[in-house]
Amino acid sequence: MSVLVYTENWDGKFKKLSFELVSYATGIAKMLNTTVTAVSIGRVDEGELSRLGNYGANKIINVNNEQLAVLDSQAYASVISEISGKENASVIVISNNNTGKAIAPRISVRLKAGVGSGVSRLPLNLNPFTVYKRVCSGSAFAHLVIKSDVKILTLAQNSYDLIETPVNATIENLNPVVDGSLLKTVVKNVQKQSGRILLTDADIVVSGGRGMKSPDNWPPLVELATLLGAATACSRPVSDEGWRPHEEHTGQTGKIIAPNLYIAVGISGATQHLAGISSSKYIVAINSDKDAPIFEAAQYGIVGDAMKVLPKLIEAVKEIKK
Amino acid sequence: MKILVCISNVPDTTTKIKFAEGNTSIDTAGIQWVINPWDELSLTRALELKDDVTSGIKSVTVIHVGTAASEPTIRKALAIGADDAIRVNAISSDAWFVAAQIAEVVKKEQFELIMCGIESSDYNGSIVGGMISEFLGIPSVSAVSDIKIENGQPVLIREIDGGKEVVNVPVPFVAIVQKGIAKEPRIAAMRGIMMARSKPVKLIEPVAVDPMTQVVEFEKPAPRAACKFVDADNPAQLLDLLQNEAKVI
Repeated sequence: MSVLVYTENWDGKFKKLSFELVSYATGIAKMLNTTVTAVSIGRVDEGELSRLGNYGANKIINVNNEQLAVLDSQAYASVISEISGKENASVIVISNNNTGKAIAPRISVRLKAGVGSGVSRLPLNLNPFTVYKRVCSGSAFAHLVIKSDVKILTLAQNSYDLIETPVNATIENLNPVVDGSLLKTVVKNVQKQSGRILLTDADIVVSGGRGMKSPDNWPPLVELATLLGAATACSRPVSDEGWRPHEEHTGQTGKIIAPNLYIAVGISGATQHLAGISSSKYIVAINSDKDAPIFEAAQYGIVGDAMKVLPKLIEAVKEIKK
Repeated sequence: MKILVCISNVPDTTTKIKFAEGNTSIDTAGIQWVINPWDELSLTRALELKDDVTSGIKSVTVIHVGTAASEPTIRKALAIGADDAIRVNAISSDAWFVAAQIAEVVKKEQFELIMCGIESSDYNGSIVGGMISEFLGIPSVSAVSDIKIENGQPVLIREIDGGKEVVNVPVPFVAIVQKGIAKEPRIAAMRGIMMARSKPVKLIEPVAVDPMTQVVEFEKPAPRAACKFVDADNPAQLLDLLQNEAKVI
């Protein structure tokens, strides 16, 4: 028996998300009194792979196969399912990010394994195997029993703390034969912005709503974000109006995020918006309407016009950063 | 080319969620049911594709796994513009059950493009679309924010961390769509509402499948502490709280 964790890499590097996954898998392995095997797909050097051991991965299976250079959910699912069988995994941990959402359900069908998606805590119970997950877009949580022998859990990003439990990980290189008929996805073109903090990765997010009044008013919000090392986000009306790119839309149908600090500027806090940010650890609201629902979700608030508050806040941040 | 759009029937987001039967189920009394927001956008894009005569899309069918109680949601999809509907007559116990039912229907009726919303706003599972494709052994592309048909071939935009990719994949396949797939959901016009009454809804009995998961208890999120207000002229106090109380900056 083992716990298997799929650790995605980004241009050969792991990030906080990868270590959260391994920490979580290690937590489950302790409950089950078993070991953790991590699976990495792609070109990742040995030094980087061994970092997974810091969080408790006992064994690392390094799959470096040119056929898997492009994410093809069918091919990835087949490779991970095969490894899961060999490792006799009883629990498979995957991120609840875009890649995880693409491959977890396919592995589920291959292995006849039930899925608990978007989990944020260790299982509540092992028998019956019960996980805790967000439902109703954050307005409720559910205790979900998974009845199958093998269980797949997808972990919500930024919801589980990194826990260092260093072990000497063994690295095993694997070059599986991938059934060519499964490789159907052809990527024609990639557009990527570099150097910006990804909204889903960010510890701090500064977000603007309709209260910003005009797309021309964004520079101070961006300046505040830069000073705090934060990512920028926006509410749905703002992205619908084209004031900001839709990638920044945070809310029920946009990005669901869980930063340590979410600063909502000129956002009233509609249910749909709260659905995307309610897992933030701290919420700061700046709004001219003292009755705005965002203040019910926030721990800290300033009642005032965004355009007047932001410059003062920027000055104050500059002061403490001196 | 025929499109199948999978739709889920969910409580409207602004509905206050209450639980029933000792917190083991969602209290359906007073709930306003709607088409899952992502599925509504997916249906809108399917209809936009069909409107373009050069796309070669012949029809747009919606499929739903649910009881007769979901009929209004199906009629709404037809009023928005779907040509016909299929309802698998069963309680949608879990993602595995629903995906297995839809895959069974697709095996018998040919669809080239199967569209699913990336998530449903009730169980937030993000799993049905991927499961359908694996049950059928066909490709799937997730996090799709645009679909075009060029020279009879689908061209997709897939969202990746910090960017996007242009992706080609042969039909039949499952497109798991997200924000961006359509700008705004299409709204049913009066003519559409009238026409929907006479559009066919095919009723199919479920195949025997055991669900894999079951919700045994619901709970509300822990209430947040009351908001601490800071004077608008004294943002330094806010930073002090963030540094020394919350310890997040």
